[in-house]
Amino acid sequence: MEWEVVIGLETHTQLQTVSKIFSGASVKYGAEPNTQACEVSLALPGVLPVLNKQAVECAIKFGLAINAEIAPRSVFARKNYFYPDLPKGYQISQFELPVVGKGAITIQVPAAGKQDAYEKVVNITRAHLEEDAGKSVHGAVEGMSGIDLNRAGTPLLEIVTEPDMRSAAEAVAYAKKLHELVQWIGICDGNMQEGSFRCDVNVSVRPKGSDKLGTRREIKNLNSFKFMTQAIEYETRWQIETLEDGGKIQQATVLFNPDTGETRAMRSKEEANDYRYFPDPDLLPLVITEQDKARVQANMPELPAAMKARLEAQFALSSYDASSLTASRDLADYFMAAIDAGAEPKQTANWVMGSLSAKLNSEDKDLSSSPISAQQLAQLLKRISDGTISNNAAKQVFEAMWLGEGEVDSIIAAKGLKQESDSGAIEAIIDEVLAANAAMVEEFKAGKEKAFNALVGQAMKASKGKANPAQVNDILKKKLQA
Amino acid sequence: MALSIEDIKKVAHLARIEINETDAQATLNKLSGILALIEQMQAVDTSGIVPMSHAQDLSQRLRDDVVSKTNLRDEFQKNAPILGNGSQELAVAGGLYLVPKVIE
Amino acid sequence: MANSELTNGSLKAYAQLLQSKQISSLELTQAFLQRIKQYNPSINAYIALDEDKTLAQARAADARIAAGSAAPLTGIPIAQKDIFCAKGWPTTCGSKMLANFVAPYDAHVISQFDAAGAVNLGKTNMDEFAMGSSNETSYFGGVKNPWSFDRVPGGSSGGSAAAVAARLCAAATGTDTGGSIRQPASLCGFTGLKPTYGVVSRFGMIAFASSLDQAGPMAKSAEDCALMMNVMAGFDERDSTSLDRAKEDYCRDLNKPLAGLKIGLPKEFFAEGLSAEVGQVIENAIAEYKKLGAEIVNISLPNTGLSIPVYYVLAPAEASSNLSRYDGVRYGHRAAEYTDLMDMYCKSRAEGFGAEVKRRILIGTYVLSAGYYDAYYLKAQQIRRLIAQDFVEAFKQCDVIMGPAAPSTAFKAGEKVDDPVAMYLQDIYTISTNLAGLPGMSVPAGFASSQDGPALPVGLQIIGNYFDEARMLNVAHQYQQVTDWHTLAPNLPEGKA
Ligand SMILES: [Mg+2]
Ligand SMILES: [Zn+2]
Repeated sequence: MEWEVVIGLETHTQLQTVSKIFSGASVKYGAEPNTQACEVSLALPGVLPVLNKQAVECAIKFGLAINAEIAPRSVFARKNYFYPDLPKGYQISQFELPVVGKGAITIQVPAAGKQDAYEKVVNITRAHLEEDAGKSVHGAVEGMSGIDLNRAGTPLLEIVTEPDMRSAAEAVAYAKKLHELVQWIGICDGNMQEGSFRCDVNVSVRPKGSDKLGTRREIKNLNSFKFMTQAIEYETRWQIETLEDGGKIQQATVLFNPDTGETRAMRSKEEANDYRYFPDPDLLPLVITEQDKARVQANMPELPAAMKARLEAQFALSSYDASSLTASRDLADYFMAAIDAGAEPKQTANWVMGSLSAKLNSEDKDLSSSPISAQQLAQLLKRISDGTISNNAAKQVFEAMWLGEGEVDSIIAAKGLKQESDSGAIEAIIDEVLAANAAMVEEFKAGKEKAFNALVGQAMKASKGKANPAQVNDILKKKLQA
Repeated sequence: MALSIEDIKKVAHLARIEINETDAQATLNKLSGILALIEQMQAVDTSGIVPMSHAQDLSQRLRDDVVSKTNLRDEFQKNAPILGNGSQELAVAGGLYLVPKVIE
Repeated sequence: MANSELTNGSLKAYAQLLQSKQISSLELTQAFLQRIKQYNPSINAYIALDEDKTLAQARAADARIAAGSAAPLTGIPIAQKDIFCAKGWPTTCGSKMLANFVAPYDAHVISQFDAAGAVNLGKTNMDEFAMGSSNETSYFGGVKNPWSFDRVPGGSSGGSAAAVAARLCAAATGTDTGGSIRQPASLCGFTGLKPTYGVVSRFGMIAFASSLDQAGPMAKSAEDCALMMNVMAGFDERDSTSLDRAKEDYCRDLNKPLAGLKIGLPKEFFAEGLSAEVGQVIENAIAEYKKLGAEIVNISLPNTGLSIPVYYVLAPAEASSNLSRYDGVRYGHRAAEYTDLMDMYCKSRAEGFGAEVKRRILIGTYVLSAGYYDAYYLKAQQIRRLIAQDFVEAFKQCDVIMGPAAPSTAFKAGEKVDDPVAMYLQDIYTISTNLAGLPGMSVPAGFASSQDGPALPVGLQIIGNYFDEARMLNVAHQYQQVTDWHTLAPNLPEGKA
């Protein structure tokens, strides 16, 4: 039988605030245990929540970015369950009336195997505001767990998709797209190691062609795209094998073990949960007006799709280039900064996506830590355009700048890379080359176009590579036609 | 809806309250009386009535995103429970609250 | 001045004595502490006393008075219900669960009294987590009704009630979720006010049922309650349900004449279940109001009978969730022996909570659990709206509503402990105002004789429209100008002296 995998994601994005969602405790990462656990974070008797304005603005921003309905009135609810990292015995979340309703995100699924790259729309069911739990630390004391509530109350936006994805590749493409988007609009720092962006992936399989959903298992807390791919692929295989062996899938929450590449059901979630949701009496309905939305809209950056269209129209870039440059806010910002510093758009696009990206990738760096600034790159490209250096020489300058050897012009001078643009000197070189290569000249005159290139090569070699190739071309052409 | 002893046990487990057989029976009797009282509500037609969660029809106030809390860990941890199982120490170590091993 | 006289004054009188320096706060405070020493062992009104802290506040108040910056309550000794977190004070909410909890921060109400320069005399006994109408669910034992030691003081603010009635404080604070200020005020014969929901901040007040809980004053007279309200009421940004309103002076209307006042009498408050003697006292009080120029309007609050079922869904539901934080992890009781995490939770909570609290947690958990939410919780919220609408209709016809605060006088300790439903009916006249969020008060209106004991106090309930506390206090104050029920204090049996 042919099987189809059905995937939906629930992503917890930590919102960029300085304080917690319901209290004034800091959310800074990495503090000593419980030093950022105020009386509200600890759920001391008598404390009450008050909602963080910035968290709400982040939710509105996200809603606007995915063109979703933003609820004029949404409600905070209590999700009741006991867990030591959940100090109140309930999580304040949103249940029936979330702040962000239905929306959509368009993803680009990269080519793989025989499959070409394609675009796909992933529907967003909802996004809701909630508080994070604390964490359990193991091993500090023999046989015990330690509870650190610094993270308890950190603001989260949980973004839930429809079960629209049909492969690990689609799920990862969505997760990556969402990851870029939340950073692009500035609501999440995207730091996956620190847990700022965590995905729960619901996976089920069904016979291809069926329109009934199979029983799903939820893979919890994936915090790398690599693990996501591995986990989904393992889980899919496991479910198919289980069904083909005549087994049944039990609904379960599972964890992915990166060491073994396998998933296993969580023990703490064995019993069926009954969360007893009800509206939190300590919090009033969250009302968002048209004016609130307009105010947030006014501070929204240009979104990737709009920017892509603009780059195509304004700079005559290809759809591919424009889409690559708008894959991340950092990249787009870098590109625009180079343009603002006077670089030529197409050339900039080539360099940014070519040499620069390659170099960053090979050293596992991101743009923010690039040794070459957008302004420096622009200066380098200007030296190509004004004929000071050749493309090849520019590559050497780029390498030198990467290693911190100085600015563009000083490197060109130090390495003697300035190209020869004195037409008299180039003419003299060409005359010599023509005289020394009479045979080639004959071949050219007999109609062999290739001979022309060979002569250019000889001239460049004679100039030790410093002659301006365009000039060499021009002069050679004239002389041969004379 | 009549309550059963199983309901009592299920709910006690959800609420994390240990209950023995004798207590469960006594509780069942008392809760059944309370539930009978509650059942009076079912006689009322409430179709179309908007539920009332709050005394006042107001919307949530928002606080500015500023850090206003300082570290009071030592003060707060003076209230930590006694560890138990033979230890009279407070259930804290290295700034963490100690609980029996959490199994994921 | 004799000790018993000194402890029987009005807040206004104390303020005059203190500010004219005829007495010091230290003297006044010591007089109360002396009386507490004498009578508290038998009455059990206070469960935490700290003479050093209390006297330090008295000295600070004297310094403030000397500096000429006294506020109306500066130097006056107040008793605080043990539901309010007060920094450095044990704050137990009447529960074993919190028997060792020392609050590391101040409730809004506590900081308001501190700012006013009032003196905290101690923390008063209460039903565990404010769940009860007799103070018998307290982990720290019952409280005696000062009018008759074999009777309950009412609850849940039973300790504050007994302290006010026995003159063990100048005034006290209470909280009222379903009648916990008004019913004990009625049973102990003093004046108590539950304000409009949201007028007094709940920050630092240990939650029972968040959408119903409201703190208020318990004092000898309406005027004293007004002075207390001036301290307690006010916007607090730490409570999302606190109402952002301009500060009011609750004394401003005390002396307005009542001519033309329209008093609504709901027929449901005078139906079956009301003791005949109590009904007679209320009728007499109404007659007094007629003499003061008030007009009587017969009204109906048709859904009154549903208020108890609705309350016993909503309050336990909220409580079951509010009390989940008591898990023995960060503070509070943890079982001495446990095998694993689940065992620790279940034992700690089974041991830390008393029977009534556990019952309400179980009911609350049940009505919220899968499959029952719509039939119970949602339904109760819908009927809650009907109950609130009854009042909206009623206030179109009258200015205030009057009736009994409780169906009977103080009952005997132990009489209703085994019958929760009978106990719950104590709050039949008070609960609907909590559900609607309206203000209500109980005013001493006389005594009803009982067959098997002494005549006991009866409270007249006055229910006002939203934010109409100043008018209610006026209505009560005018009555107290022509009657002296509020001035009567019980004769206490000889204490330890
Ligand atoms: Mg989820
Ligand atoms: Zn979530």
